[in-house]
This record gives sequence, C-alpha cells and structure tokens, in this order.
Amino acid sequence: MPTAASPDRVSVALTVNGTDHALLLEPRRTLLDALRHDLALTGAKKVCDMGNCGACTVLLDGRAAYACLLLAVDCAGRSVTTVEGLAKGGELDPVQRAFVAADAFQCGYCTPGQVMSVRALLDENPAPTDADILRAVSGNLCRCGAYRNILDAARIAADLGARAHANGGSDADAVR
Amino acid sequence: MFPNRFEYRRPGSLAEAVQILAENPDAKLLAGGHSLLPAMKLRLAAPSTLVDLSQIEGLRGIAANGALTIGALATYNQVHDSAAVRQAAPMLADTCGIVGDPQVRVRGTLGGSLAHADPAADLTAVVLALGGEVTVVGSGGERTIAADDLFVDLLTTSLAPEEIITEIRIPDLAGAKMAYEKHEHPASGYAVVGVAAVLAMGDGGTIRSARLAVTGATAKATRLSSAEAVLAGKTVRTETIAAAAAAAADGLEINGDLYASADYRRHLVGVLTRRALERATG
Repeated sequence: MPTAASPDRVSVALTVNGTDHALLLEPRRTLLDALRHDLALTGAKKVCDMGNCGACTVLLDGRAAYACLLLAVDCAGRSVTTVEGLAKGGELDPVQRAFVAADAFQCGYCTPGQVMSVRALLDENPAPTDADILRAVSGNLCRCGAYRNILDAARIAADLGARAHANGGSDADAVR
Repeated sequence: MFPNRFEYRRPGSLAEAVQILAENPDAKLLAGGHSLLPAMKLRLAAPSTLVDLSQIEGLRGIAANGALTIGALATYNQVHDSAAVRQAAPMLADTCGIVGDPQVRVRGTLGGSLAHADPAADLTAVVLALGGEVTVVGSGGERTIAADDLFVDLLTTSLAPEEIITEIRIPDLAGAKMAYEKHEHPASGYAVVGVAAVLAMGDGGTIRSARLAVTGATAKATRLSSAEAVLAGKTVRTETIAAAAAAAADGLEINGDLYASADYRRHLVGVLTRRALERATG
C-alpha cells in the first residue's frame, strides 16, 4: 500500500484475475493503462477513455466498473477481473460461448466490455429479464449495432448458467 | 488521455484530510472520481494534490431515525439498494438507480455529486426538493449547509476550499408524496431537464406545502417557487397540477445549448413538472 507522498511513482499491489502483481506506478495511472501497458492485458479496450462507452469494463470486486475512470493506486487490495480471467482451463466462460453462439458482435471492439457487463449481471442475478439485461449493458455502446444479438447472447448465457446448475457442473456442450 | 501529474494522498482520518486541504489550496478530493477524472483528463482540473477519501472510516453508513442520514461516500448503488432510503425517501432511492449507467452507479457517490454541482446532475435537484442538508467538516470545525444554500452557480457550491461533505441528511418526510421526472440526454444520460417534486400533505388531500426543484435547465439546481406557491394549500386535482406546470418556469434563467434550446427547455420544465406531480400523487 502506498503511503508515502510522492509526485513520482508509488508501489501498487494489484490483484488481477487472481494473480498478485507488485507495480511501481505514477498515481495518475488509470487501472486501464496499468492493465494494458504494465500487465499486457489488452482485453479491456480504450475507446472514449472518459467513462462513456464501456469498452474498458472490468469487474472490480465482482461489479462492472470503468477501468478508465479508476486510478490503479485506488484499486490496491481489491479484486480486478478482466476478460482474460474468464476462461477456465482453456474453456471459454458461458458468457463468451453465448456471444459466439449468438454472433453478438461485428467489429468486436466493444465485446470484452459487453461480456464483462453480462458476467456481472449473471453473477448477481442468474435469471434476468430482458429489461434487466438491457439495463446491465446500458453503459456499453456498440457502434456496429449488434444490440439485438447481444441481448440474445445474454439470454443464452443465462440459460447456460441455469443448465449448468441443473446438471451440477459442466455445460460445455450446450451450445456446440 | 491522462491527467497532469499530482501528488496522491490517502489520509486515514477526516482531520488529516482537512489539514492536507488547508495546506494545498488547489487540492481536490477524490471520492468516486467519475466526474473529477474526466475533468482532469481534459485539463479542466489540474490539482497539484489529490486527496483520496477512500480510507476514511465512517463516511459510507446509511441510518434512518425518522430523518435519514447518508454518508457522503455512499455510492449510488448503496443508496438505491438501501431499504431505509426506500422507506423514508423513495424518490432518492429511485433516482440513484437511474443516474448514469451501472458502471457509474457502482462508483459514484451522493456526496460527490452534490459537491461537484453539475448543472445537469439528477441528485442536486432531488436533494434540494427533499429539503436536505449536508454536514461539512473544515478547519473551523463542523457546520451544516441546507441544500437551499449549497448550490451557488455552475459547478460552484458554498463549500470552503478546505471543507469536506461528511453526510447528507434528509428530514422526516413521513406521508409526503414525491417523484422525480427527467428527459435524459440520449448519449450522456444527464438530465436535459429534470424536475423533483415533494408534497407535504395535510388533511383531506390538501397539499400543506410543496418543494419542487429543477436541474438541467439552469446553471444550478433551482427551486420552482412559482409552482410551489400555486400548489400550497390546494387539493390535488388535474387543474391544480396544470396550473403549477404552467407557472413552473416563471422567473427562471434558462440555458440553451446545441442539443436543446432555452425555449425547448422552458417547455420541458412545464411538462416534467406536470409528470412529476402526476406520478407523485397518482
């Protein structure tokens, strides 16, 4: 934990996707820049960099948050999850598989943020209504206009989660 | 984009934070940072020192005892999800659920919104209509500022540079009818115009007194005193609401911009006053 007052670099302990990192950062470094430039995790995208578009969305202690409007130094001691942290053992997260199944992207640049917002929603509410889904991704812009398929993807992901729960485990084949 | 360099301080107590502010006149406080960091990236703000409030205990609690007390660092989500807030001031809970988007609501704070005093913020008008007040701590000790006296001008409050909002208090409004209606900007979600209405009710459906406030139309959140005067002492009827809506924009200095002209905003003040009153009393 940085306590020294310094205009230069301070030590920052970040926990990203379950791994602890000790970084030396300027306090003005955003979490997004720390992820992309210092940790080479380029899944979270920089588009507007002003908290409007949602392409930088990550999970901060399990809730969707704009990485571009968080100072990295302010995330010390908190749990950060990026899109790179979703797949387990080489198997995509159900939300990721649902996006593939629903063809929920065109250029794909907003996709990591959309996926993280849907993941956050399902973690909190495994059986969302369409209104819940639209509200959950209301902070994520898609300039290709893939919104209908993103809605479909979230419905599929919720269904996958429900089936995995019912089967007590793997849902890997559900959308293949 | 990145902010200018600054010295980062993370005090563990309010007293320490006040001292840092007193020693660094151009310091800024970091709460949720979702208004401040964009401003810093645009160099609209370039504080030499950033004082992160996140490690100060006791600024997040929500307590109800007739009146409602909300810690300044309570996030929009925390206020929205609070059963105590929903019971005491449902309009406040509802509005905290429509500010910005989910990523903003997880981080943005009620105290931060009031201190920032954005002319199009939702919570400024809501807290003003609720008759709220803020407790602030500075080098001179603690004092209370009524919302009526807090908003001075565009992005300007009556807070002294070394003062920190610690809590927001909403008076006991048992039995009051209330609603907030806004026309939101389709891209930003900010209020093009928003109107908050709180009606204290007397016997037989009479409006004992009314507090209405507008945001988005004027440089700062502003009471709609003409509409309030129309409503006071009347019974709730369609004609009463129409008369209040017709009077709502009287005396306001209304701003226009590329998205919405002053005339259009004036029109919206009337429409949204009517809708807020209809929903509050419906």
